[in-house]
Amino acid sequence: MTTTAPANAAHTEDFIEVAGLKLHVLRGGNGKPALVLHHDLGNTGWTEFYQALAGSSAIVVPEHPGYGQSERPQWMRSVRDIAAVHQWAIQALGLKDVALVGLGFGGWIAAEMASLAPADFRRLVLVGAMGIQPREGEILDQALYNHIAYVRAGLHDQALFDTLFGADPETDQLEAWEIHRDMTFRIAWKPYMFNPTLPHLLGGVQAPALLVWGDDDQIVPRECADLYAQALPNARIELVRDCGHLVDLEKPRELAKLVSEFLA
Amino acid sequence: MHLMYFTEQPMSTYSEDAGREFGATALMFSNRHFNSEDGSRLYNERIEEYQYAEEMGVDGIMLNEHHNAPFCMQAKTNIFCSILAAVTKRVKIVPLGNPLPLAENPVRLAEELAMIDMISKGRLVSGFVRGGGQEQLATGVNPAYNRERFEEAHDLIVKAWTTPGPFRWEGNHYHNRVVNPWAVPLQRPHPRIWIPGVISKETVIWAAEHRYPYVCLNTTVEGTQKIWALYDDAARRVGYQPGPENRGYLLRVHVADSHEKAERNAREFLWMSGEFTGLAHPVWSNPAGYGSPNNRRAFVEVAAGRKLNPRAAPYEVQRQNLSIIAGTPDEVIKDLRVIMEATRPGIFAFWGNDGHVSHEDSMSCIRLIGQEVMPAVREIGKELGLNSPWEADAPVSIAYSNDLQPMAAAD
Repeated sequence: MTTTAPANAAHTEDFIEVAGLKLHVLRGGNGKPALVLHHDLGNTGWTEFYQALAGSSAIVVPEHPGYGQSERPQWMRSVRDIAAVHQWAIQALGLKDVALVGLGFGGWIAAEMASLAPADFRRLVLVGAMGIQPREGEILDQALYNHIAYVRAGLHDQALFDTLFGADPETDQLEAWEIHRDMTFRIAWKPYMFNPTLPHLLGGVQAPALLVWGDDDQIVPRECADLYAQALPNARIELVRDCGHLVDLEKPRELAKLVSEFLA
Repeated sequence: MHLMYFTEQPMSTYSEDAGREFGATALMFSNRHFNSEDGSRLYNERIEEYQYAEEMGVDGIMLNEHHNAPFCMQAKTNIFCSILAAVTKRVKIVPLGNPLPLAENPVRLAEELAMIDMISKGRLVSGFVRGGGQEQLATGVNPAYNRERFEEAHDLIVKAWTTPGPFRWEGNHYHNRVVNPWAVPLQRPHPRIWIPGVISKETVIWAAEHRYPYVCLNTTVEGTQKIWALYDDAARRVGYQPGPENRGYLLRVHVADSHEKAERNAREFLWMSGEFTGLAHPVWSNPAGYGSPNNRRAFVEVAAGRKLNPRAAPYEVQRQNLSIIAGTPDEVIKDLRVIMEATRPGIFAFWGNDGHVSHEDSMSCIRLIGQEVMPAVREIGKELGLNSPWEADAPVSIAYSNDLQPMAAAD
């Protein structure tokens, strides 16, 4: 898999066992722990965003069950199931005073986690988060597009695609996207990419929340930031200019700065 | 032999220019190009043709179902089955088939099929399919659970047909509080179940393990033989000797009074941009989770546009390798003998007409197939011992077989 991280980036990778599943976990950095939850595309290695954030937080990136090197649970049916698995992972890893940083699809998982344990988290960061149905339009349905087109739709700067994944992504990368898409369908097919009950369950979340959206997010309508802001008691919105849905890949340093200041 | 007539029921008056301009003729190709006045005429022509096919001597009418595309006008195969149950007297009614995973309540399907069986006085053969990839998207059904839903819906339908209710069903995908349909099939223990398909090995093996005939849809002779090898292995493993009664074959066969006219009309089998199902994006035809993981690496290359979607061979090539047969009755019979000898099916479906073939030519084709080709094919079938499931008195499934001799487990 292509990664933007320098080869000497200081991070470790190992496996933990949670809910009878082997989960692949990447870790690096120092400070209070921040659990970073990746996109539906899967995790793209130890990224520049993680590295930049690792200067101020202890970053923990579990690959979601069924994504990357984490084992696929045949039984899993909903995004809330993933949220429960990650909650369990936090316990298994002995993490205390955790902040959640959710990227896109991972933002939906983070929101579900916060709704399930409204007093548990120190901070909540949702970046272009799926999970709430927009009143107008819809969350872009990847079922209708091929893998490359879907990833490209997540970027404002189309030239960046070549830098990140190569002009012609390798078959391994395409296959990984297909496997992740399959897993996403297994848990988020209908309704596609949102949970109608979620907005009703976010009102108890005590953690301050930061909602970051690319100003050119073609995947999750910008309006969804407003809907999250309405549902969460203590949230503010930051827009990143000239940026698509994949904020962490497109503006890694800008996002890391926003997040580390918020988590400080 | 059991000899059937089939047509895709093409919506032949859609705008081909619009299809070319859009670049696809499925799923997202707008139904503003569907004309209901033409649709009404075409449906009624098909009903007339099916009745005529019965009159001309066919044994069965094969039907199917697709969604969101002009290549097939049947959005619900059980509607045509119901019509035929009332307007025909003798032919078997053979939907190949109901796409089980699309059902949110398989008991409803069990009821519909039971009604069709009773109204037709026991003439239903119930085909079951997984449904094409696009069908999952068109109906909002999760492609990742397609096979699980297929198998579970099948189990529930067969139980609803054979086990007196009420009973409760708590499955993985289906949950029915009270299964107790007041409509059960006339045929006992239940109507014959046939499984049509094109490619998927898992389905071939599943059909063989249930002792359900597998009907190869328009496969090449070589492809058909490979499927039989796979089927036969699985059949012997579970303890029965497969024969022609387990084998069905659908082939495009157009017959006309003159060779020239037959060739001209047979080209209509490739009427939709050289394909018989038209053009679709690969991720529509094969959404994630729908296909076998074994084909995944090849598929993602196709989806990325880096490898060509396998396209249908040109007409001349398909005529040459007998994927399409066309001609006068004598010419067609000669080719069909080659097919029968090479593939030995006990069930054979003539896909007679497609595309823009006129109602008049369709009727003429049906007359020639029924009156001239089928009698000769029956003789060939007798000579080659190609018995249908009825002629072979085959059990309806593995569960109703009393001749099983499972292979001893290897040490």
